[in-house]
Amino acid sequence: MTDFLAMGGYGAYVWTSIAVFLVVLALEALAPGVQRRRVLAEIRGRVQRRATRAPRNDETP
Amino acid sequence: MNALTLWFHKTGSPPTFYRIAGVLVPWCYGIGLVLGLVGLYGGLVAAPRDYQQGDAYRIIFVHVPCAWMGLFAYFFMAANAFVALVWRIKLSEILAMASAPIGAAFTFITLVTGSLWGKPMWGTWWTWDARLTSELVLLFLYLGVMGLYAAIEDRRQAARAAGFLALIGIVNLPIVHFSVNWWNTLHQGSTVRLIGPSKIDPAMIWPLLTMALATHVWFFGSVLARTRTGLLELDAGKDWVRRIALAEGARRD
Repeated sequence: MTDFLAMGGYGAYVWTSIAVFLVVLALEALAPGVQRRRVLAEIRGRVQRRATRAPRNDETP
Repeated sequence: MNALTLWFHKTGSPPTFYRIAGVLVPWCYGIGLVLGLVGLYGGLVAAPRDYQQGDAYRIIFVHVPCAWMGLFAYFFMAANAFVALVWRIKLSEILAMASAPIGAAFTFITLVTGSLWGKPMWGTWWTWDARLTSELVLLFLYLGVMGLYAAIEDRRQAARAAGFLALIGIVNLPIVHFSVNWWNTLHQGSTVRLIGPSKIDPAMIWPLLTMALATHVWFFGSVLARTRTGLLELDAGKDWVRRIALAEGARRD
């Protein structure tokens, strides 16, 4: 196990590379979810503002 | 309208594409993750040590698949940008812009892992040679496309301008690819070749190809996830998007 982690003396380079790969791709995968929530919240806000501006106009759902 | 055109129009319509993509995204991420774990096991554990570079060569299993993805994502982006500019298809605009940040992420990983590989093998983190410089230009092209897309208020105009930049930047792709043949460079030549025998042992090539497959599948998962969000943004005023927004809001309350 220690041998495996040491990577023949190149452990720091190899494991940092793997870590960069995993972390960047993890962040990249999380980004669309965050963006999606922001977009949908914005749309809800717009719908609500319209509802308060014209309370008796029931044309729009 | 014949059946094919009809199918094309239906699939390309935002609500339909949004729904289909929603089904595909978890599969892409799931398959990509499993293949990635298998590939990493193969590369880090199963593959033998290199006779010359020792264990340092194992960086290849993340470096090379990401480098391929950097080029592939650019090609995908430029192809969609071309379709978007010529036929004004909204979905293509969104697909093109969705691939830019993913390509940038892969190119960034390529540069960082290349640097981490260069230090022990070449004795330097960075050198201004053809391969490294053209790869850096590739990253800047991605950042340029993303920046231009973000800077223009109107989404469709923004996509057209950024798509145009993406098309001009395609000139960099052959430069990246052939840089190791055209110029004297510190970077080694192609190890894996489509035509002719590869210069790598079978025990090392299967993890490499598995990682390449994993990153491709992952890329499509991410493109589809980002495209879904892009479609919501583009069709923000439409009923189908409003329904999704309100449904999600109700679930949260």
